Amino acid sequence: MTTPLLSIKNLQVQTSHDHRALVNGVSFDILPGEALGVVGESGSGKTLTALSILGLLPRGVEIASGEINYHGTDLVSTDRETLRNIRGNKISMMYQDPMTALNPVMKLGDQLLEVLDSHKVDISDRQSHVIAALKDVGIPDPQRAMDSYPHEFSGGMRQRIIIAMALLLSPELIIADEPTTALDVTIQQQILALVSEERRKRKMSMLWITHDLGVVANLVDKVIVMYAGRIVESGTTAEIFSNPQHPYTAGLLASLPKASDRNRTRLVSIPGIPPKPWSIGNSCAFADRCQFATEKCKNELPTLKENSKTVAACFNLIGEKK
Amino acid sequence: MLTTLFGISIFVFIVLRVIPGDSITGSLGIETGALSETQIQALREYYGIDKSLIGQYLSWMTSFLRGDLGFAYSNGVSVLELTKAALPVTMELALVGTVLGVIMGISVGIFSASKPGSIRDFAGQFFGLLALAIPGFVLSTALVTIMANKFQYFPNGLEYMTPWQNLSTNLQQMLFPGLVLGIAVAAPVMRTTRSALLETVDKDFVRTAHGKGVKARTVQFKHVLRNSLIPIVTMTGIQFGYLLGGAVIVEKIFALPGMGRQILDAINKREYATVQSSVMIFAILFVTINLLTDLIYRKIDPRIK
Ligand SMILES: Nc1ncnc2c1ncn2[C@@H]1O[C@H](COP(=O)(O)OP(=O)(O)OP(=O)(O)O)[C@@H](O)[C@H]1O
Ligand SMILES: [Mg+2]
Repeated sequence: MTTPLLSIKNLQVQTSHDHRALVNGVSFDILPGEALGVVGESGSGKTLTALSILGLLPRGVEIASGEINYHGTDLVSTDRETLRNIRGNKISMMYQDPMTALNPVMKLGDQLLEVLDSHKVDISDRQSHVIAALKDVGIPDPQRAMDSYPHEFSGGMRQRIIIAMALLLSPELIIADEPTTALDVTIQQQILALVSEERRKRKMSMLWITHDLGVVANLVDKVIVMYAGRIVESGTTAEIFSNPQHPYTAGLLASLPKASDRNRTRLVSIPGIPPKPWSIGNSCAFADRCQFATEKCKNELPTLKENSKTVAACFNLIGEKK
Repeated sequence: MLTTLFGISIFVFIVLRVIPGDSITGSLGIETGALSETQIQALREYYGIDKSLIGQYLSWMTSFLRGDLGFAYSNGVSVLELTKAALPVTMELALVGTVLGVIMGISVGIFSASKPGSIRDFAGQFFGLLALAIPGFVLSTALVTIMANKFQYFPNGLEYMTPWQNLSTNLQQMLFPGLVLGIAVAAPVMRTTRSALLETVDKDFVRTAHGKGVKARTVQFKHVLRNSLIPIVTMTGIQFGYLLGGAVIVEKIFALPGMGRQILDAINKREYATVQSSVMIFAILFVTINLLTDLIYRKIDPRIK
C-alpha cells in the first residue's frame, strides 16, 4: 500500500467559546496524485475541514482534537513557521469566493509575486514565472494583468487568477473549496476543465469540495459524503454514483438534474434541512429526513462500517433492502 | 463646494451684525456715548458701516474676490498683511497637531487591536475615551500650569519665533498646543483604526494572504493595515475641521499669533472685514483639506475613479 500524502485522523472542530462540535471525528487519507471529492449540503463542515489542514480556521473556531499528518508532520501541533513554509508552497488553496479572496488595493502582480517571495524557491525570473502561470490559466495579456487591480476583472477572470496563484509553486496538494460556485455554468465548466488538466499535468493530489455531486463526478477518484459535521459515506467515485449505500447519498444523487430531463422539472431534493452538528445526541443525524428511518436510528449513532460496495454509517443500507 | 463657501460667508456676515455693538463701540467702548450724532455718522462712513447690509456685504465680497481682504483699523494695516503673518502659524500648528494626532491615534489603535479584549486593548480604549472626554481648554490650562509652575518650563511665555527666526524655540512653542490638538484628533482616529483593523483581519483576502505562506507580520502591514487606511484617512479629514476650530482657543491660551487669535481679537473689536475675511480663509482651508483627502483616497483605493 502506498503511504498517504495527507492523513486526517479523527478531526474535531469546535467553536472556541462554547465548545460546540462543528466537525466531528472526520478521518480520511489522500494518496499521492489522487483526487478526492468532499460532498455535502451547506453547513456540513466541508470548509472547516479544509481550512483545518492549513491552520486557516476563522476566529472563534478551533481544532479540538485530531491529527493531520503530512510527511510525518502533524499539522495540528506543529509550529507556525513550519506551517507557513507549507502554505502556498506544498499545499495550496483555491477559495470559494473570487470577489473577496483577493486584496482590493494591491496590484495582482504583487499578490502573485508574494507567493514566490514568501518561500525559498529557486526561480530566477519571478516576473516571467508569474506571467507564464497567468497565461496557463487563460488570462489574456498577462503583462497588463500584473499591473491591474482585482476590480478591473470579472469574477471568472479573478477565479482564474486565484487558480494561477494556487498553482504557482506546483504544490503536492491542492484544496479547492467550491472554486466555481460563484460563477455561471459555462465558465464553471471551463474552470473545472482547466484545473483538472493542470492537476493531471503536474500529478498533484487534490481535495475537491462541493455541495454538488455532479460537479465532481468526472474529476475525482474517491468521494466522501459529509452530513452535519460527520462523514456518512465514502467510496470510489464509481461505487458512490452507481451503488450508494447511505440513503443520504442516494438522496443527493436523486436530486441531480439528469441529462434526460432537459427542462429539469423533475428535480427532487431531500425534504427538510440538516440539523446543527452539535444538536445531535445519540441518534443518526439524518434520521428525521430519512424515509427508511427505524426506531434504532433515533436511539443509536451509526458508525462507519465497510460494506460490499462502500463505507457507510447507516443501519438500513440500501443494498440490503433489495 | 462653492455654495458651502457662499453659505459660510453669509452666515458669518449675519452673525457679526446680530451680536450687539459695532466697530465704533468696539474701538471706543463706553466713550461712544459721548459722541455727537455727526461724529458717529463720520465714523460710520470711516468704518464702511453706513451703507445698507446688502451694500456692505457686496462691497466686502467683491473686494475679497479681488484679493483685497479689507483693512484692519486697530492695527493700521491691511487684513492681508495680518493674515500673511498669522496664517503660517496656524498652518504649522494644524500640521503639528494632525501629525501628532495621527501618529498617536494609529499606534494606540494598532496596540489595542492587536489583542482584542485584553488588558492592552482596555488600556488603549481607555486612552481613547479619556482623550475624547477632556476638553481642549482644560488640558491646555493644566499643561500650562504644571509645566510653568512645577518645571519652570514655558516656551510660550517667550516672544513668538517663526521657524526661520529660531527653529528650536518655534518647535518648543508648538509642542504643547500641538499636543492638545493632537490628543483631540487621536481619540477618534484611534477608535477608527481599532475597528477598521478588527474588521479587516477577518476578511477573506487576509486568509488568502496567510494561505500563501506570507509572514504574519507582513500580512498585518501589507494587507490589513493598508486596507484599513481608507476609514482612517476619512476620519483624519473630518477631524481636521474640528482641529481648526480648536486652534482658535488653543492659540489664545498659548499666545500664538495665528488666525485663531486674529479672529478672536477682531471679534472683540468688531472689525467686520477682518473677521469675515479670516473666517473665509479658514473655510477655504477646510475645503482644500477635503479635496486633499479625496486625492489621498484615490491613491490608496484604486477602486475609486
Ligand atoms: N466562524 C464560525 N463561527 C461559528 N460557527 C461557524 C463558523 N464558521 C462556520 N461555522 C459553522 O460550522 C458549520 C460548518 O460550516 P462550513 O463552512 O464548514 O460548512 P460547509 O460545508 O463548507 O458549507 P457551505 O457549502 O455553505 O460552504 C456550520 O454550521 C456553520 O454555521
Ligand atoms: Mg463552505
